[in-house]
Amino acid sequence: MTRKQRRLVLIGSALAVLAIAVGLVLNAMRDSIVFFSTPSEVAEKHVAAGKRFRLGGMVLPGSVTRGDNLQIGFVVTDGNAKIPVSYRGALPDLFREGQGVVTEGKLDVGGTFVADTVLAKHDETYMPKDVADALKKQGHWKDEYVKGGAAPTGAQGASR
Amino acid sequence: MIVEAGHFALILALALALIQSIVPLVGARRHEPALLRVPLSTAPAQFVFTLAAFGALVSAHVTSDFSVINVYENSHSLKPLIYKVTGVWGNHEGSMLLWVLILALFGALVALFGGNLPLRLRGLVLAVQAWIASAFYLFILMTSNPFLRFARPPLEGRDLNPVLQDIGLAIHPPMLYLGYVGFSISFSFAVAALIDGRIDAAWARWVRPWTLLAWLFLTTGIAMGSYWAYYELGWGGWWFWDPVENASLMPWLAGTALLHSAVVMEKRNALKIWTVLLAILTFSLSLLGTFLVRSGVLTSVHAFATDPTRGVFILAILATFIGGSLTLFAWRASSLSQGGLFAPISREGALVLNNLFLTTACATVLVGTLYPLVLEVITKDKISVGAPFFNLTFAPLFVPLLVAVPFGPLLAWKRGDLLGAAQRLIVAGVVALITLAVVMAWTWGGAFLAPLAIGLAVFVIVGALSELAERTALFRASFTISLRRALGLPRSTWGTALAHAGLGLTLMGIVCETTWNSETIRAMQVGETAMVGGYEATLTGFTQRQAANFRETISSFKIRLDDDEIGTMTPSKRTFTTRGSSTTEAALMNRGFSQIYISLGDRNSDGSIAVRMYYKPLVLLIWLGAVVMALGGALSLSDRRLRVGAPQPAKAGRSLQAAE
Repeated sequence: MTRKQRRLVLIGSALAVLAIAVGLVLNAMRDSIVFFSTPSEVAEKHVAAGKRFRLGGMVLPGSVTRGDNLQIGFVVTDGNAKIPVSYRGALPDLFREGQGVVTEGKLDVGGTFVADTVLAKHDETYMPKDVADALKKQGHWKDEYVKGGAAPTGAQGASR
Repeated sequence: MIVEAGHFALILALALALIQSIVPLVGARRHEPALLRVPLSTAPAQFVFTLAAFGALVSAHVTSDFSVINVYENSHSLKPLIYKVTGVWGNHEGSMLLWVLILALFGALVALFGGNLPLRLRGLVLAVQAWIASAFYLFILMTSNPFLRFARPPLEGRDLNPVLQDIGLAIHPPMLYLGYVGFSISFSFAVAALIDGRIDAAWARWVRPWTLLAWLFLTTGIAMGSYWAYYELGWGGWWFWDPVENASLMPWLAGTALLHSAVVMEKRNALKIWTVLLAILTFSLSLLGTFLVRSGVLTSVHAFATDPTRGVFILAILATFIGGSLTLFAWRASSLSQGGLFAPISREGALVLNNLFLTTACATVLVGTLYPLVLEVITKDKISVGAPFFNLTFAPLFVPLLVAVPFGPLLAWKRGDLLGAAQRLIVAGVVALITLAVVMAWTWGGAFLAPLAIGLAVFVIVGALSELAERTALFRASFTISLRRALGLPRSTWGTALAHAGLGLTLMGIVCETTWNSETIRAMQVGETAMVGGYEATLTGFTQRQAANFRETISSFKIRLDDDEIGTMTPSKRTFTTRGSSTTEAALMNRGFSQIYISLGDRNSDGSIAVRMYYKPLVLLIWLGAVVMALGGALSLSDRRLRVGAPQPAKAGRSLQAAE
């Protein structure tokens, strides 16, 4: 093979791998990306039951109920709208009433959000980014929410 | 006083770095060896001053000097000594100080142990190193000064985030930073080569040990961080595809590619331009990681918007260094001489394939990490890109790479024989197929991909070992001859085989853990028994313990397997009084390479407690594989070829004179 042909093979295979990667990324973007919504946005957009998304807001104080078999219910609010959430499992240490929370799951036909993941971050002063922005937009922001911690890696969460 | 001295030492280090940034450049231009020798003393001095600054901060933390804001915010007088020390880098300001300390350390190492480098190259490398250092000294002094004091000192500190009060903090960040920041050396070498307009096999030989050193620290650092998250966060996950983790994975992928392309350059004088580009990209990704983690852009756009000084400052550093080096690259790369020829099927070809897949995989991680940020800025839509995205993109790109791994070392340079390599891998292939068949039969009707992935892992491991068997003529010659040959093999050959086998081990662990991980979550009363993965765990009771800065409720579980008691596990819940927060300390029990994992949730009003139990088959292989990889790296680093007999640098090309 000449130098030119060899270079063609090299460039050709590089382009092929790149094309595959672009295809994979586009495909994954279609299926595996989860949108974040606040309770108000859920009400506005009429999110269909069964569609997977992240619900974020504040845990309404006094709304946490514990049933049998680690069944937990609480209400997520952004100040305007409220959505009841049900979750089975153990909650992360930083889950608390009156604090920010992000849950991932689906709405059932009755309008309850059935979560399979509850997230809270390392630092207790930490407010999940999405929640902070949403609360700020709704005018429920308090500045003491943000005091950046130095958490090394990972979110703290509980997943079923 | 000590704190002020530390502050002053840091300013002096900045002054030294500024001198070191300029003087060698003048020296290189005027061909004055005296000026080129300046950084040989400024670089170690810089390290000494930064070390003094760091020491001052450590002493403030150890003596609980709460008049220092940084100490007040992150320490407590009752905190155990080790966490007083590690707490120094458990916060933004302190961790940036550790960052520059390691940067200065690497600079000093090049100055002290780079004796076989040509003076001119060494001067230029240290000058580039000093540019980076100056930028970060300025960053610390202007936006993140850890030495600031209160006018009216408080009596007690706010304590360190409880999650960070763990031995993991002592090891993980320093390791990670040694890796992250270590790549700055490869970057400086690349930029120095571009300035000099000269690059050759000798250059690759000098760069390789530094890259290898950084890579092996980064490997252990990432593995350590993963294990720490696994046992500390209490829900048994070991990798979350969190942007903070991706920030460390991307330089690792690019750095791994760089290690391999530097081999081609050293041995065959090919892929020069690509290697220089990779060296720049690897450190750029380290800088990007620093930006993502340190600017606050990930935790809160709000925090970034209200206090943008830090974020904008790092962004400016990022833009200057990445933009500047890439511009320099675009301008000078064409003046570098072309490399040697090779056929597509050859050792070089295999390493190009390796680079292709590693960099593409790295690019998908980059897209997945930055896409949510970009989308939010453009459309205001908030999305999360999590594990499903990376499983669909990263994993498929890694599979062909893993298939190719055993072939690479068996191909000859220049023109390889794929059929011959395949023949020599027959044993590995057969062993892999048998494993696949056994696992398939054993788990019939279960996961379909898992047995395939295990077969692949076995192929990688046995394939790596068959190269050793091949080269020592194992089973073909007598045992003594094989042994003698094995001892005579270059250590880098052993290193390659070990590192590749480690990769296979990690894959094996990942596949087994994700596929056959079993989990039980339930509320338990004292005396109740739960089953997980064939083990019985009985809750026997609770005990209270008061430690210096927290209160602990320990639960005891008796573990039984087939009615034999095999031990007790004691997960606990700690409540930290100062911050009013609690952490879960999971209990782990090793069963071979597998683990039983118990962590606790909340106590209920009826006295029961939420318990999560996991049985994680072969989970330890994930980190053991990384340790084996790092050992391979260390062996390779100890190869004497990397230390002695540095090759002659190529004669300066005409382009060099033209550029001057």
